[in-house]
Amino acid sequence: MTTILYSILVLGALGAIFGAVLAYASKVFHVEVDPRQEAVREALAGANCGGCGYPGCDGYAAAVAAGEAPCNKCVAGGAATAAKVAEIMGVANDAAEKMVAFVPCSGAHDIAEPRFNYSGPVDCRAAMLFGGKSSKLCTFACIGLGNCERACQFDAMHVENGVAKVDRSKCVGCGACVDACPKSIVKLIPESQKIMPACRNQDKGAQVMKICKVGCIGCMKCQRECPADAIVVTNNVATVDVSKCVQCGHCADVCPRHIIEYFGK
Amino acid sequence: MLTNILSIALGAILINNFIFSQFLGCCPFLGCSSKVDTATGMGLAVVFVMGLASAICWVVDTYILVPLGLDFLETLAFILVIAALVQFVEMFLKKMVPSLYTALGIYLPLITTNCAVLGVVLLNVQNHYNFIESVVYGITGGLGFMLAIVLFASVRERIQFADYPECFEGFPICLVSAGLLALAFMGFSGMQIFG
Repeated sequence: MTTILYSILVLGALGAIFGAVLAYASKVFHVEVDPRQEAVREALAGANCGGCGYPGCDGYAAAVAAGEAPCNKCVAGGAATAAKVAEIMGVANDAAEKMVAFVPCSGAHDIAEPRFNYSGPVDCRAAMLFGGKSSKLCTFACIGLGNCERACQFDAMHVENGVAKVDRSKCVGCGACVDACPKSIVKLIPESQKIMPACRNQDKGAQVMKICKVGCIGCMKCQRECPADAIVVTNNVATVDVSKCVQCGHCADVCPRHIIEYFGK
Repeated sequence: MLTNILSIALGAILINNFIFSQFLGCCPFLGCSSKVDTATGMGLAVVFVMGLASAICWVVDTYILVPLGLDFLETLAFILVIAALVQFVEMFLKKMVPSLYTALGIYLPLITTNCAVLGVVLLNVQNHYNFIESVVYGITGGLGFMLAIVLFASVRERIQFADYPECFEGFPICLVSAGLLALAFMGFSGMQIFG
């Protein structure tokens, strides 16, 4: 009988003491958390995509509350979230231009000539260990093993026929695919930019002709025809100056290789 | 005395490694080992909590439970002590050592229900260790855990590039490699240090 009594007393007392110590400790060791931090955290998209450059939404919320980060970094939430965060923090909202991912390569399996038949692990980094950094003859080409597709949390990136394609309606511009691409092919472009050459091959035109059915050959036709001098050929490949482009789409029409993508259709 | 402590330490790290030969703490071992960074964080947190838990549980056992003849309550009482201790340590670190708190991060509360921590304090009682021996056993047991989880995380980072059969994708290949690693540690088993 005494054993039972002792058991109850000892465990009860231990529990009570620990409870009291913890209750006291929570007062003594209380850390002030900025109430705005929680409000900001609530307003964020909560995808923990890391597009803001901070470790997760909590990290970004803490940085915003501390005044170390601007209000418009949440790319997944976009302008609506930026406005909410700005309201919580009581500062003017300077919404960031929405960015989307873009893959400047059109080298699908039936378009770009293969270098060898790759059958190793399904991982672009592994495929890059073999000669030429690509299983296609074009060393600039997308490998198409889907590291970007796996990195995308928004189902916006898909490898189709050996080349990654962005679903612009789903892309939030977090940049996870940009970091995941071992060849640094994927890049972020402003969503308002409707024209982009879908090739990054810097080889001379004759060489490109041999290895890809659509690759940019640097013929300069787009450069000559552009009314705004926005598109220029440098290193044998056409590039668009976003600040000058008037989005007319004329270059896409005149390109003999039809390699300039026009999203405004 | 010193040789005794050395033998306890080596025993806890290599010969009777908590994960590979006693199979305690397998849950965080498999859950937190996909990256070397997180594995190191988890390992550090375990070393920290195991050392503290050993010290406090030894005091509770020797000065409260044994004199009252309540040794049969050890498991219950130890769970209580560990749960309270982890909470307390978390609050203390958050206030006093924020850098350590951010380093250990979410791993600290996760350890509350880690069987390796409960295992180490129960083994202390079973082996009739004194206070210093208990603390050494706790810390080195944690170091053994850390060694195992960091080794395993490095292996897993490499497995990503390995060409294994598709049916082993994900968890199965993990368990196979954990088994092989445990087998390697079996090489230490049965060794005796200093008689």
